Amino acid sequence: MTIDDIGARTASAPVADRRRRSPWTFRACLAILGVAVAAAVFAPLVAPYAPDATDFSAIWAPPGPAHWLGTDQLGRDILSRVIHGARPSLLGAIALLAFATVLGVLIGVVAAWRRGWVDTVLARITDVMFAFPGLLFVVLIIAVFDRGPATAVIGMGLAFAPLIAKFTRAIALEELARPYVDAYRLQGVGGVQLIGRYLLPNLMPTLVGYLVVLFGEGLMSLASLNFLGFGAQPPSSEWGLMVQEGRAGVIQGVLGPALVPGLTIAVVVVATNVVGVRLSDKLAVRT
Amino acid sequence: MSEAVRVSGLTKTYPARRGGARVVAVKDVSFELARGESLGLVGESGSGKTTLARMLVGLARPDTGTIVIDGRTRQGKERGRAARLRRAKEVQMVFQDPYGSLDRRLSVEAALRDVLRRHLPDPAKETVRARISELMGHVGLSGKHLGSRPHELSGGQRQRVAIAKALAVDPAVLVLDEAVSALDVSVQAQILALLNRIRAETGVSLVFVTHDLAVVNEVTGQILVMYKGEAVERGATAEVLRRPRHPYTDMLLSSAPGPNWQPERVAELRAAFAGAP
Repeated sequence: MTIDDIGARTASAPVADRRRRSPWTFRACLAILGVAVAAAVFAPLVAPYAPDATDFSAIWAPPGPAHWLGTDQLGRDILSRVIHGARPSLLGAIALLAFATVLGVLIGVVAAWRRGWVDTVLARITDVMFAFPGLLFVVLIIAVFDRGPATAVIGMGLAFAPLIAKFTRAIALEELARPYVDAYRLQGVGGVQLIGRYLLPNLMPTLVGYLVVLFGEGLMSLASLNFLGFGAQPPSSEWGLMVQEGRAGVIQGVLGPALVPGLTIAVVVVATNVVGVRLSDKLAVRT
Repeated sequence: MSEAVRVSGLTKTYPARRGGARVVAVKDVSFELARGESLGLVGESGSGKTTLARMLVGLARPDTGTIVIDGRTRQGKERGRAARLRRAKEVQMVFQDPYGSLDRRLSVEAALRDVLRRHLPDPAKETVRARISELMGHVGLSGKHLGSRPHELSGGQRQRVAIAKALAVDPAVLVLDEAVSALDVSVQAQILALLNRIRAETGVSLVFVTHDLAVVNEVTGQILVMYKGEAVERGATAEVLRRPRHPYTDMLLSSAPGPNWQPERVAELRAAFAGAP
């Protein structure tokens, strides 16, 4: 064996390793998310029934050729409801994350940029927000406004914002310590431009991976809120709400109406986490 | 015509870690640098040379003292785009870390275009393109590197790009903070030769911050030796290196591997000047 052989072997080993870890689980999870998004977009085209079409001759029907996943207490087709439920469920999580991201990134970047007392004050504010459980936030918001999907999104958004703020502050501090930032300042780049045009794009890869993981959590939190009745209201087929409505069936021994949306939530959340963790690994590769 | 740099009575202290007296980083340093000349700021780690350089470019604010660059006194607080751009034209800096001193998102061309759009009086496409190829020529990079991102370049190439970016502003003074320390010796020599040529061609004044006396000898006419925040010796580089008057300079020379290397003298000399103020 020559030295070149050894070199080639050791050099190719990590590559092969990485390829082995580019696993079917990741691709499967990506596919699951693709199906969920497709369901949200094309729901009226692909769902066999309307989500609110009742059929009193088929109440709590078991899975069969007419209703693949059975029906609920009003004889509504569960498959159709789950497909239609993708839209409010995913959009809710996206809206929640968008709201929390704008707020959190703003707080985090300003804290890292201004340092000093601004940082201290913002850190105290986020700590206080941290101290409240997300649910309490929503109850507070509902006390002020009214229950509804927007209320749930804003409440949960406020609960998620401190997480994003802390994360953003940490990565922004690290980034601001790099000499290229000083170089921009010496070139005469002003603070707002430096942050908006140069700092944020450099934070994005790391941030996006984190946000994808948070998306799963956000989806679950919203579903819990809807389950508790704080968010979406009937006849919406949001998944959390479906689980709640399906409880009546569980007592009667009919598991489908609660189990199907519940499993859907679980599967989508797990898929998001797997994709998110891998994405953040891949995107956060620093040079 | 006035000097490129005139520094007088510059002092900077930092708060001590835990109570106690403030740490004096730079103490009452004064020097001048003529236009088109080059000055070496030397000293060991902690001697205050980097703090001095950061004050020079405006990344740190002096407690007392004045800095005049290109005939204008540098003010701490100046707001507005015009003031920022004018300050940029006075002095630019090349940093030590060739890995961190470039924006990893931007290709060489994009980075240079970004600077030029801000600083050229006429940022038309053709002017920018012409200036980019001129700058690439100055720093000895070929056109094939224009599309490269920082991670595709070697340390020496990155430092060349950093120099090109600084020159793109067309500054009166260029401060190089240990700019070649992270590079290996042959690449160092290339970059130093390059800087000599750039100085001759563009008339930019250079301030070299380094702990490496060989580097100082290579590229600077004047030298300022720093020790514990104070300027202990100043003069023509060749003269100072040949006949050091301060024992600290003597020690620096003796501790550097080379013709003057006298490791056994270092301890003796350190003891000698440690007693002196």
